[in-house]
Amino acid sequence: MVAVTLWGSLRALTDGQAEIEVEASNFKEVLTALEQRYPALAPQFERGVSMAIDGVIYKESWATPVRPDSEVVLMPLMVGG
Amino acid sequence: MALDEYEKRDFQVIGSRPVRPDGIDKVTGRALYGADAVLPGMLVGKVLRSPHPHARIRSIDTRAAAALNGVRAVVTGADFGEIRKGETRNVAENAMAFDHALYDGHAVAAVAATSEAVAREALKLIEVDYEVLPHVTEIAAAMAPGAPVVHAGFVEDSVPDGFSENVTARHEFGHGDLEAGFARADKVIARTLKTAATHQGYIEPNACLASMGPDGRGDLWCCTQGHYFVRQLCAEIMGIEESRLRVTASEIGGGFGGKTTVFVEPVALMLSKKAGAPVKLVMSRNEVFRASGPTVSSEIDVKIGMTRDGRITAAEAELRYQGGAFPNITVMFGAMAAFAAYDLGAVRTVGYNVLTNRPKQAAYRAPGAPMAIYAVESVVNELCEELGLDPLEVRLKNAARKGTKSSYGPTFNDIGLVATLEAAQAHPHYRAPLGPNQGRGLSCGFWFNFGGNTSVSLSVDMDGSVSVTEGNPDIGGSRASIAMMAAEELGIPFERVRAIVADTASLGHNDVTDGSRVTFAVGLATIKAARAAKKELCKRAAMMWGIDEEAVTWENGCAKPSGPNAGSFEPLPIEKIARKSPRTGGPIAGHHEVNAEGAGVSFGVHLCDVEVDPETGHTKILRYTIFQDAGKAIHPDYVEGQMQGGAVQGIGWALNEEYIYGKDGRLQNPGFLDYRIPVASDLPDIDTVILEIPNPGHPYGVRGVGETGIVPPLAAVSNAVSHAIGTRLYELPMSPPKILKAIREG
Repeated sequence: MVAVTLWGSLRALTDGQAEIEVEASNFKEVLTALEQRYPALAPQFERGVSMAIDGVIYKESWATPVRPDSEVVLMPLMVGG
Repeated sequence: MALDEYEKRDFQVIGSRPVRPDGIDKVTGRALYGADAVLPGMLVGKVLRSPHPHARIRSIDTRAAAALNGVRAVVTGADFGEIRKGETRNVAENAMAFDHALYDGHAVAAVAATSEAVAREALKLIEVDYEVLPHVTEIAAAMAPGAPVVHAGFVEDSVPDGFSENVTARHEFGHGDLEAGFARADKVIARTLKTAATHQGYIEPNACLASMGPDGRGDLWCCTQGHYFVRQLCAEIMGIEESRLRVTASEIGGGFGGKTTVFVEPVALMLSKKAGAPVKLVMSRNEVFRASGPTVSSEIDVKIGMTRDGRITAAEAELRYQGGAFPNITVMFGAMAAFAAYDLGAVRTVGYNVLTNRPKQAAYRAPGAPMAIYAVESVVNELCEELGLDPLEVRLKNAARKGTKSSYGPTFNDIGLVATLEAAQAHPHYRAPLGPNQGRGLSCGFWFNFGGNTSVSLSVDMDGSVSVTEGNPDIGGSRASIAMMAAEELGIPFERVRAIVADTASLGHNDVTDGSRVTFAVGLATIKAARAAKKELCKRAAMMWGIDEEAVTWENGCAKPSGPNAGSFEPLPIEKIARKSPRTGGPIAGHHEVNAEGAGVSFGVHLCDVEVDPETGHTKILRYTIFQDAGKAIHPDYVEGQMQGGAVQGIGWALNEEYIYGKDGRLQNPGFLDYRIPVASDLPDIDTVILEIPNPGHPYGVRGVGETGIVPPLAAVSNAVSHAIGTRLYELPMSPPKILKAIREG
């Protein structure tokens, strides 16, 4: 299981949960598992999300591995600048 | 992808300061900018713009204009009205109003004619029947229930009840128990701070030349930060496949984020399609101010609690940004960046995006961060003043460092904030004496930095010189830094490498030049491409020597036998291997395609001394020093230039620059006479101190440096002015009348 921390705005879509444990081994599986449990997250995922894994921000790389002890933080998609 | 771990090494080329490869072209006029493109039979495009900040377009009568001798095409929103969705639709509607004019300067029609005079005459013949609607240009008024609705249909689920329909999104970040944190504080200060909308102030106005053929294939030459994104947007707007449109980026006279989207390009393409001839469209400075993409204006509430010894116990902020008549995510970045410099147990930020009848904002260096960090750093300084604490010591005490849970979520890895603060503390500037009416300010700054999709191709030419093809316009020295990284990796002189920027048909996709990504991501891809070429060079040398490929290594531009059984051969330099390449398998090249991750955040600290004239309110910058973590400075001249350029733009933001709207909703100062940017005579030499805390996600340790530099000046200058005049302003710009008022009111 991987503990995923959500950014504040998403908590309204996850019954107030700020941290959710999912069974996943990479970026994509984290999103899939979260969406299955909380379908209300789907529109945000469609708009795009980034994911910080052990302090490194990944923009879209679905295959990026996630370990059970990884710090995984969901973040808005980082674009523009 | 696995992160490309940093490897410590001794550099030969990296860190040196070779002559910039575009220098001669730019000082002799040989460089071609957006407006320099020409084609036979080219027409001149001109745009008719709304004089109203908000109006329904009842009808547009273009018959007289179309009938004018020399007019070859007229377009209106009706030509762009195909079904599209999302941001592309917004971009199209911003380029040409569909059924509503949403701000002063919004394009409502355009013509292509055989001369500029005819095009101007034609614009006068276009009759637009407007139903003028109520408008709103300021944040508070736009948020209030009952405010005129600027642009309906954009409200996201995140927005709670009680706001007007102009509030389109709410973003929240943070962690910890705020109530308990504030309860532990000895001093709590809450303030509201405001910043004005500013423009990137690029010298080269937006310009393009479009040529659509009757077969539905087209070419576009334009000044842009990202010609692949231009292609994507324009192809979608024109209803053609991306491969049918080739976009070539010109040299660019500044962008700073403002040229990461399109304004006139789809209009020129549509005019060209209708006219059956190439169309050049160049914005005037007035048009650039009124109808390109300035940054947001902001109102920010900040509340911070601190103990007597300077430990921040809790911090929160509510940020309200307006970015014109279309939604954007800039306030989200502000909410993420606001407290990034601090190690906080309890922090929360909430951001609201607000629509107004102003032009659609575009990115501007570290979008959203300068205003947020201005607000935070102002209040931190005020707490230090109230508690009698050294502002630099307080920042060191609270600084984010490796292992800190950032205010926006992730835990930091190796970051350079403490190093930059310690460098500032040790610098003579921090202890230099000040005179009457003088003050000193400091501020931290931060930006995330991006990586992104990148393609690079590297060719070893037949004489052993090297050509590198990249796909990002060179806005800050990328051709130099890319050539240097290729030279370093191949072990050859910088002068033997030429980097060029390819058009969209000649190289795989490249994301926009944004997020300070290019030296990091394109550099990474270049290193990988060079390593691929080196592997091939070793293979060819092995073939020439008749030994195993594994028995060859690459060193100082030469293949060398390696290992006990490799045999004894003289090193083979790259030129000898290249010349023999037809006999050993053909051309030698390397390429690399990647979605580069691991960009690594960047911190900076600025020190600023000012003198304020108490009779005029004029602020003179006396001394300015920048301390910034570059990871590894590839070409230090360019790194220093980025740091200095960011500081100058931030100084202008702090002191003079602002979009001024009248009660009529029209922009009052669309020109450099009335929109005052700093010029060389306004500024002292800006000193720079580059720190190099390697980014573990890049083979050479590179971090982006292009954006962090604009973040600290707003608060650094404001804190210095407050120190000089003994009272604090809570609004930017601090133009002379505002400073005089503050002095008089004490």
